[in-house]
Amino acid sequence: MAIDYLYPEYEIVRDYDKCIACRVCERQCSNEAHWYDDGKGKMLCDNAKCVDCHRCVSLCPTHALKIVKSGHTFKENANWTGKTITEIYRQANSGGVLLSSMGNPEPFPVYWDKILLNASQVTNPSIDPLREPMETVTYLGKKPAKIERDENGRIKNNLSPTLKLSTPVMFSAMSYGSISYNAHESLARAASELGICYNTGEGGLHEDFYKYGPNTIVQVASGRFGVSKDYLNAGAAIEIKIGQGAKPGIGGHLPGIKVSEDISKTRMIPKGSDAISPAPHHDIYSIEDLRQLVYSIKEASDYKKPVIVKIAAVHNVAAIASGIARSGADIIAIDGFRGGTGAAPTRIRDSVGIPIELALASVDSRLREEGIRDDVGIVVGGSVRSAADLVKAIALGADACYIATAACLAMGCHLCRSCQAGKCNWGIATQRPDLVKRLNPDIGYKRLVNLVHAWDHEVKEIMGGMGINSIEALRGNRLMLRGIGLSSTELDILGIKHAGQ
Amino acid sequence: MKRVYVNEKWCLGCHLCEYYCTFANSGVSSMVNALKDKPLRPRIRVEEHDGISFAVSCRHCKEPLCVKGCITGALSVKNGVITVDSNKCVGCYTCILSCPYGCISPDDSGHAISKCELCTKNACGEPACVKGCPNQAIVYEDRDVTDTNKEAAV
Amino acid sequence: MSRFVIIGNSAAGIGCAEGIRTVDKDSEIIIISNEPHHTYSRPLISYLLCGMTDEQRMKYRPDSFYKDNNITAMLGCTVTAVDPAAHTVSLDSGEKIKYDKLMYACGSSPFVPPMKGLDTVKNKFTFMSLDDARALDKALSPDSRVLVIGAGLIGMKCVEGIADKVKSITVVDMADRVLPSVLDADGAKLVQSAVEKHGVKFLLGDSAKELFPDKAVLNSGAEVPFDILVVAVGVRPNISLLKDAGADCNRGILTDDTMKTSLDDVYAAGDCTESFDITVKNSRILALLPNAYMQGENAGINMAGVSRSYNKAIPMNAMGMFGYHMITAGTYEGDSFCESDGTDYKKLFFKDDRLMGYIMIGDVSRAGIYTSLIREQTPLSSIDFELIKHHPQLMAFEKTERSAKLSESH
Repeated sequence: MAIDYLYPEYEIVRDYDKCIACRVCERQCSNEAHWYDDGKGKMLCDNAKCVDCHRCVSLCPTHALKIVKSGHTFKENANWTGKTITEIYRQANSGGVLLSSMGNPEPFPVYWDKILLNASQVTNPSIDPLREPMETVTYLGKKPAKIERDENGRIKNNLSPTLKLSTPVMFSAMSYGSISYNAHESLARAASELGICYNTGEGGLHEDFYKYGPNTIVQVASGRFGVSKDYLNAGAAIEIKIGQGAKPGIGGHLPGIKVSEDISKTRMIPKGSDAISPAPHHDIYSIEDLRQLVYSIKEASDYKKPVIVKIAAVHNVAAIASGIARSGADIIAIDGFRGGTGAAPTRIRDSVGIPIELALASVDSRLREEGIRDDVGIVVGGSVRSAADLVKAIALGADACYIATAACLAMGCHLCRSCQAGKCNWGIATQRPDLVKRLNPDIGYKRLVNLVHAWDHEVKEIMGGMGINSIEALRGNRLMLRGIGLSSTELDILGIKHAGQ
Repeated sequence: MKRVYVNEKWCLGCHLCEYYCTFANSGVSSMVNALKDKPLRPRIRVEEHDGISFAVSCRHCKEPLCVKGCITGALSVKNGVITVDSNKCVGCYTCILSCPYGCISPDDSGHAISKCELCTKNACGEPACVKGCPNQAIVYEDRDVTDTNKEAAV
Repeated sequence: MSRFVIIGNSAAGIGCAEGIRTVDKDSEIIIISNEPHHTYSRPLISYLLCGMTDEQRMKYRPDSFYKDNNITAMLGCTVTAVDPAAHTVSLDSGEKIKYDKLMYACGSSPFVPPMKGLDTVKNKFTFMSLDDARALDKALSPDSRVLVIGAGLIGMKCVEGIADKVKSITVVDMADRVLPSVLDADGAKLVQSAVEKHGVKFLLGDSAKELFPDKAVLNSGAEVPFDILVVAVGVRPNISLLKDAGADCNRGILTDDTMKTSLDDVYAAGDCTESFDITVKNSRILALLPNAYMQGENAGINMAGVSRSYNKAIPMNAMGMFGYHMITAGTYEGDSFCESDGTDYKKLFFKDDRLMGYIMIGDVSRAGIYTSLIREQTPLSSIDFELIKHHPQLMAFEKTERSAKLSESH
């Protein structure tokens, strides 16, 4: 075997004083990193196979295991880091595009962490959310600018279809294919119980999940997988996916090996065939084209469902959003460059796109300037990690947030970023039946419900502190935000003052 | 009455139930001391074949053949739980002969049997297999269908 | 309020009382036994001798059993007659007890065949009751040379019980193997050699021609010197009282599947009755404790007014000899499948898509799954027989059947 110059990134550390050789690590590792040596009567392992997913660590009944970063190192070099060198080796080995999954892990600034929230003192006193009503219900969609009356003076119903959310959070698009049946069921059931929405992604909707329709956003992407009239009418809203934060400018690719019987049926493609989404929608080359698709969809769904257009946050996102707002879309979803993926070319994931915080602020400002902000709802995603991030997003101008990485974490994901291998030990990003069953939706859905409930409590707590009792009053309320350690350009784009000002 | 039920759909074949069971009934406070280099004597056992797995433990039958057949009176039903008095048991294994689920095993001494007693004789509270199952494939529930429920179901 | 009278204080009698009490908490129950003891487990007398149990622990039910179940126990009273017309039983005291429903569970007695010179033997014993065991124990000494006639279940358990207390044991049996009623030839060989390791000597295919006070002369001409003689050639059901009262009997008392005899309001259960063996589809005596209990319980439930059938009787046996265990059930007919490694031995018998019987020696784990295949007459074509024949397991059943077994209330 030729030398591949790849060395184990992690070391499995086993405390043999604690190991009872129950072999749960061996049985649960889909990468086959552990095994039992009969002769030695002990567990052994191969560090090179470890992806640091912690499945073994979490199930080890005696806590005999931990995974540490390998101390093995290249000679220190600030320019040619170990990671960079290894990627070169990898490409020299394979000749291929580097693939990665989940969100951009590189040390770009996280603006959420450079924004601070306000609280009331003395005047405009804070509100105790446990004693007083606190409203987080959110209606997503077009808001009429004025009240219209008919000739008799009665108010005309000029309301467009909206999405009602109990709290301004939704589960972002993850297709059946990229994630498992059980993960989808967990998301669907949680959305249903929470009174929010989950999103099918571009993989169609499994027939078992049509019953969760009132809490489902059905997606139409460039591959149009699984799209039919029934599908469009199955959900509460329809999302046209133009772009995704993790891979702006390119389409998704589900390898044929993952296209099982069930997935082939759901996606309406032959079993075992690669599901390749084109980079663009081949019928959209202008805002006018987009408008055609928006109205085609509205026509197909009898104008009863709001239409969302989802784009990746890229350089001229504000102008694009302005166009989308004029295309007839009810909601714009913007996905920041930290958004996750089941698989994306590493170079694109890590180098293309812009932070969601900046994109959101500039889109909101631009739509306000143009007087069309109320024509659309704005949903942002691409690494909303906590209730604090959520509050900051709303104050920057979002109506609601999409979460997906956080949702995966709630279901057990340990961010090992090996989704592309299809061997997810947590039963999320895999189609292998023995692995899929590891995510029992009874547990998964409950954990998702817990997470969103917890965030909702925290949002109310933070709003109360600001003296605000309705999420409506927080939206776009940038006075509640201050920057810390930011340049004046950054503050300018975010439309906020520096802390202390 | 609450009993242990298993759902093979969610069983991962991880065998942790066997370890938690043995530990809970060992009387030893540390799992490592209880199980390291010791023979495993679980009262619940995982069957595995062809990608299917499930755990099997005493069903605590309402018409328990083991209790009825017990030659010593060591097996009895206490509050719905089939328990064994190891002091009385002589290890004749008539219960092993009788149990249709194969849920009774010889104990360490070989002179008595051991079986699931729903952790009523240890400090575990909820049965250890249930608590230790990472995927809720083993649950502790009341699934008795009472006569009124049966009528309603009809 | 009825009065239930139960003659017999062992498994069938106790089963009957417990059966009655599942239905009727209040009616009067009287248990009459000619033995003066609190209910005890007869099969434990061998364990009593070797010290694995004691007279307190071998009680079949707790000391408070009669009180807890509101039972009048007339112990040490012998029933001399049953009058089905008058609904009375007569006691040796002359007392007559009236019954509404009668349970007859008088078990069986050791059979001592006529043997030339038997009356010259001073220390001779049978091995069936607590009193037998006490008497034998008293006679034993470390110098004793014991001759056991009969290598059946009773003889063999007696051997195990006294092995460590005596100088030598010789077992003689007419049959060519030990435990002929439960083992095949190969299985019997394994058990015999395991027992021989404990110094027990077997003379098989032979029998006592004549007994002398200190020796036996066998048909083969061999002489076996002994101090103590145990006769364990078999048992006979105690049917005379009911037979005299007019009940239909063959070798044992005949009952229907509710355990009612041919006499009105008279039921019978246990070793004195015949059971319908579903493996051979024939009525025969199944002198087994589990069978006795379940017959008794079923009778009790019927006596208390709830109709229920007991129709799953099969021969079955579990026993160990010096820690070497064997479990057997059913009938050894049809094709067979055998696995043996010299210690663990297994033989399955199957015919007409049904498991007929099995023998497991050594590793007996999960044997009950095989027993249940016999008891439930499970078609072997409905399960994965290839899988189950190597190891008893629920995996061999269909998914729906497995799920019913594991996730439904039983």
